[in-house]
Amino acid sequence: MVLNRHSREIRKQVVHAVSRSNSSHIGSALSTVDVLVALYFSAMRIYPKDHKHPERDRFLLSKGHGCAALYATLSRAGFFEEEELEKFHVDGGKLPGHSTLHCAPGIEASTGSLGHGLPIGVGMALAARIDKRKYRTFVLMGDGECDEGSVWEAALFAGNAKLDNLIAIIDYNKIQSFGYTKEVLDLEPLKAKWESFGWSAIELDGHDLAALTKTLGSIPFEKGKPSLVIAHTVKGKGVSFMENRLEWHYKSPNEEQKKRALEELE
Amino acid sequence: MRNAFIRNLTELARKDARIVLVTADMGFSVFEKFMEEFPDRAFNTGIAEQNSVGIASGLALCKKIPFVYSIAPFVTMRPFEQVRIDVCYQNLPVKLVGAGGGLTYGALGPTHHSIEDISLMRALPNMTVFCPGDPVEAELSMLEAHRIPGPAYIRLGKGGGDPIVHKTKPKFRLGKGIVLKKGKDVAIISTGNMLQTAVQASEELKKHGVDCGVVSMPVVKPIDKELIISMANEGHKILTLEEHSIIGGLGSAVAEVLAEGEAKARFARIALPDRFCSEVGSQEYLRDLYGLSVKKVVSKVIGFAGGGEPR
Repeated sequence: MVLNRHSREIRKQVVHAVSRSNSSHIGSALSTVDVLVALYFSAMRIYPKDHKHPERDRFLLSKGHGCAALYATLSRAGFFEEEELEKFHVDGGKLPGHSTLHCAPGIEASTGSLGHGLPIGVGMALAARIDKRKYRTFVLMGDGECDEGSVWEAALFAGNAKLDNLIAIIDYNKIQSFGYTKEVLDLEPLKAKWESFGWSAIELDGHDLAALTKTLGSIPFEKGKPSLVIAHTVKGKGVSFMENRLEWHYKSPNEEQKKRALEELE
Repeated sequence: MRNAFIRNLTELARKDARIVLVTADMGFSVFEKFMEEFPDRAFNTGIAEQNSVGIASGLALCKKIPFVYSIAPFVTMRPFEQVRIDVCYQNLPVKLVGAGGGLTYGALGPTHHSIEDISLMRALPNMTVFCPGDPVEAELSMLEAHRIPGPAYIRLGKGGGDPIVHKTKPKFRLGKGIVLKKGKDVAIISTGNMLQTAVQASEELKKHGVDCGVVSMPVVKPIDKELIISMANEGHKILTLEEHSIIGGLGSAVAEVLAEGEAKARFARIALPDRFCSEVGSQEYLRDLYGLSVKKVVSKVIGFAGGGEPR
């Protein structure tokens, strides 16, 4: 399947970028890759060569620390050249460790501090309503990010405003900075929480590309309600020794680890 | 000043379809007209200031010009990080409007006082800080904030009770002070809702034989360096006057200009001390307690102009 190939190639670029820059958050980037592929290569209306097109769907990576995957996805989708990825997180580079407005075509907002993306997404969805435009706004959040109160302020507002042109996706990889989300600050019952805020929610395997494209291709899930996808994912997905390991929130692969990771992704 | 703001916002919104209003459940009995006229362009987010500023930023990213309204502490401090990142870092045309600057909400207590807002907003890159001195300056600040492309904070005084100081419309330009009165002995540079106090103090000082000039500084950032330096070079003794903490507001901004401008001026700041008001009372009561009443300002200026330390 073509989408699988995109996922593999993007994961390889993530490994290269994080390793080259000796940066962190590789696990957080790898868990989002399949969601990004389903969005950029199937569900979203994108205009890589006309990235300001007024009818483009908007995408906000609210968990900005996972941006190595977004940069790699944008590059593969044709927003910019692959060579640009070498400018990730390095001295004199162009692509910061949290994606920033104007750092590259296709980046719609500056994120990095958690809990900012959904309110901004609500504003974009409201603007579409004012301007009578058909674009949708997609916001990808981390699970730990849902600890932030601003996420719930925006969730409450979006449900009340019946923003069915807004889609939030939670990358539920179950691990945050200090440990398992269940132990740090349990989010469950997560689906019921969002539903009680007026959202239509669907849970799925966040690495099942067929399920992702089908679900993200049928928005809104219910007319008059914002849509939520709880994507059950694996932190570090695709590299066996990184999967479900907290340490890969912080560590950067050394040469030997990089080699092994790339072999696994072939 | 708030009434001047909403009146002008409504007029501006008729001409500029990009203008939207975002309020965090504030403005009861004043925004209804705007909301009726522009139902698609007015959003009450509920009591959720972080979300208000985030939503405004999303709207601004889609070419809108949002005015976000709440009372001063809740539009600057509660959502400070959204202001810093969503608005200022992204350099968006989001205009924050805070009613009740300084001690306006007197007896409601320090939760509702806004005495650090100028300092905080001034520190943010890309931010322009307006502190109008009366309803006339409030209207002009509003028009200027709309005209400039980036973020702005407008610090208002009361809802409708602010005295009109300018009998005619003064010349209002970004980064420029307004000279209301020239004085030989000393000059007060005032910002925000202290303007009338400055004018009244100057009149009172005349009776004491002190010729005191008055300058209004409705834009604290960018500050009018040229005017400050020229006043110093003309040999003025300069006092700043603000209903704000002694740390980081107008006084600090003027001090920075004087210190780096190699200007030799005698200089003192009249502002609130570095503490929360533990006393209970109206704005007028608290002003007197903290040395911001006309009487107390006069006494400070006399001490200062006479060559001694301000009392």
